[in-house]
Amino acid sequence: MTLLSLKSVTKRFGGLTAVNGLSFDLLEGETVGLLGPNGSGKTTALNMISGYLPVSDGTIALAGDAISTLRPERIAHRGVARTFQLVRALPSLSVGENVLAALAFRKEPLWGKAAETRIADLLADVGLAGRAGQPADSLTYIDLKRMELARALASDPRLLLLDEWLAGLNPTELRAGIDLITSLRQRGITILLVEHVMDAVRALCSRCIVMNAGSKIADGPTAEVLADAEVIRAYLGDDHA
Amino acid sequence: MLFSAILTGLVLGGTYALVAMGLTLQYGVARIMNLAYGDIIIAASFGAFVLFTALGINPLLGMLIVIPAGFALSWLIYAVMLQPLARRSRDRGRLEGDSILATFGLLFVIQGVALVIFGSGFMSYSYLAVPVDILGTTIAANRLLAFGLAITFGLGLWLVLTRTRFGTVIRAVAANPASAPLVGIDVDSVARFAFAIGGALAAAGGVVVSMYLTFSATMGVIFTMKALIVVIMGGVGNLMGALAAGLILGLVETLVASFIDPGLTLAATYLIFLAVLVVRPQGLFGKAAR
Amino acid sequence: MKFVLALVALVALAFVPSFAGPYPLGLGIGVLGYGVLATAWAMFSGPTRYISLATVAFFGLGAYTVAVLSETLPYPVVLFVAAVIGLVVALIVGLATLRLAGIYFVIFTFGLTELVRQLVTYYEVNVTRTLGRYVFLPLGPEHIYWQLLALLAATLGMAYWVRQSRIGLALRVIGDDPVVASHLGIRITRTKLTLFSISCVIMTLAGAIQAPRWTYIEPSIVFNPTTSFLVVIMALLGGPNRLFGPLLGAVPLFLLFEWLSANFPNHYSIILGLLFIAIVFVLPNGVLAAGESLWTRLSRREART
Repeated sequence: MTLLSLKSVTKRFGGLTAVNGLSFDLLEGETVGLLGPNGSGKTTALNMISGYLPVSDGTIALAGDAISTLRPERIAHRGVARTFQLVRALPSLSVGENVLAALAFRKEPLWGKAAETRIADLLADVGLAGRAGQPADSLTYIDLKRMELARALASDPRLLLLDEWLAGLNPTELRAGIDLITSLRQRGITILLVEHVMDAVRALCSRCIVMNAGSKIADGPTAEVLADAEVIRAYLGDDHA
Repeated sequence: MLFSAILTGLVLGGTYALVAMGLTLQYGVARIMNLAYGDIIIAASFGAFVLFTALGINPLLGMLIVIPAGFALSWLIYAVMLQPLARRSRDRGRLEGDSILATFGLLFVIQGVALVIFGSGFMSYSYLAVPVDILGTTIAANRLLAFGLAITFGLGLWLVLTRTRFGTVIRAVAANPASAPLVGIDVDSVARFAFAIGGALAAAGGVVVSMYLTFSATMGVIFTMKALIVVIMGGVGNLMGALAAGLILGLVETLVASFIDPGLTLAATYLIFLAVLVVRPQGLFGKAAR
Repeated sequence: MKFVLALVALVALAFVPSFAGPYPLGLGIGVLGYGVLATAWAMFSGPTRYISLATVAFFGLGAYTVAVLSETLPYPVVLFVAAVIGLVVALIVGLATLRLAGIYFVIFTFGLTELVRQLVTYYEVNVTRTLGRYVFLPLGPEHIYWQLLALLAATLGMAYWVRQSRIGLALRVIGDDPVVASHLGIRITRTKLTLFSISCVIMTLAGAIQAPRWTYIEPSIVFNPTTSFLVVIMALLGGPNRLFGPLLGAVPLFLLFEWLSANFPNHYSIILGLLFIAIVFVLPNGVLAAGESLWTRLSRREART
């Protein structure tokens, strides 16, 4: 069943077209990589799906219902959660409160004792067991990313948008990160991930969509897409094709 | 009656545009939301008043003293009070908050000084109060002079900003303060200079105001407010927008004052502000939200 | 335990009028009044960092409502009408500005007092044709004191409840990062609007309750911008993100203000302005937070040695 469907979605900033007629479908339970060189419009696409940016043209549908005119909080209530390219922690809150913020305002809110148990579980899932009381601004970069993921998972998403969640991790952390995302996939969460770490893409995604200069240039099984000459050209320039 | 109201409105609007240009420079380039801006204007009005009544220096010559003084005072305020705030704040939101609070305090200091020296009464002096005939309507010469000065200063600033190297630097900082240092621009000193120029424009506005309006020590708030509304209507950092918005505001105010009730001019101003906020918060002439 | 302590303090304070003379009672009323205003201000402006400069616009509206209606309606009804007027104005201001960046809100509230003052003047001059009114209500200073004490208790109770509740968390999330807030499903505008309205209604009531103190009321008296200014400094000095912070800021600053206005009637706004700038510079998070960080630094040093 199709969970997410983009139909000729376009985003213009003044005279610049950041995303141009982008169309693709995501099936329920799929983990799909959204690739492309810097500035190709991947994050803009993600921002339109989560409602952060309004679309200039086209429609986005979640499970058959158009969401492209909804505000981010409405889209969140329909089961879309995300992380941000540059981690956005809530610095004046504790780690636990960061997660609580997601639990308390999701479609079926959790609050009080029930929330505390759930926070402990979620933090344990991402490897932050027992750190709920710590101030968020005291965490290291990798732990901030973990916390942001726990916060995204706390809203029980059907669709999870990860924007370069694995970027900047060392090899050990990367291994742990890939395992973590694999475990999410096994729980049936549909994941769309923008990623530059090719090893991770190969390990996680059954399918990849490649963008260049705002348009989709490839869409298919990961191995085929990554071998595609046009994709290599987009990433590395003409000499390597 | 209508024509005379329009003429008066244009004169008032020209003054609003002039002072709004200074504020948009301070906010757009130095990133300081200066709530004491109107009090600088009033201070300059008092300056012109003293020069004229006590020393007999006419306001045109007085400008040669008052405008540099406004520049120097603003330069000093920025260097002593605002630069440390700008340095310690990591993000724009923090600087905005801190500068609002600091200049809010400054407002009470400047106003307090004016109250101590001049009291709370209304002041005015009579300079070039001779009627001039324009297309059958009479208007005081000082108003025409005020309008001419506003246009001259506004145009001068616009030329400096668009035609000179220094203007380009200022606009670069306004557009992107984070990457300006990459091309060798010292953002600190450009911001300080822009803030001081803004202060000089406020001083010029203050002298212009004193030539044809009565003013009092506590009127700064109203001028700050009107300048802010003009800046928002025109789009932050947009000089031509400020000019157009200033003229519109002046016209509306004068029309309301002459045909409805003088007690409702501020209400009319606020109504325009409200409408702009609801319909086009990026300003009538501003770019669409990024 | 804390609750019992607060209750004991409340009861003890309720007995102040029975032994305090008129001057200390007047000071008590002032402290309570500013305590209410600063606490209400911080309830909204503390977590959201939307600095409201219009406290006295609401305060003055409350006082003026009592002045206009006290002879035609029973006192409790007058208070109710004042609260409704405050609510309506808060909703207009909030709906126009709270969707936008904080700067628009600040600008709007900055001029709001002057606008409300001019509109009230216009109404009095053109509609009722009486500028300046006498308030005759059978309420002595002790009654005003008790009402303000009750309002302060209610305000602190409300502030406490907000801190414990989801809406308080929502407000803190919005203050930290509105983008994250919306992506977590928080209805930003509605949350801000709710808190802003509550805060403004309290300010309006504080003005309404204190109206009988003046006996003679006119717009320039009740819409005094210094009040807004003082409330902001008090909350900042005490720490706007602490429950008792604004109240603790209100006590010394009100007394200082009284002393300054008695001894330096012409210079107090200059002195207060400089003090305000100093507070913004030295104690951006308030005295309590500064004290706390000093305390942690000292105790850390002890732990190391």
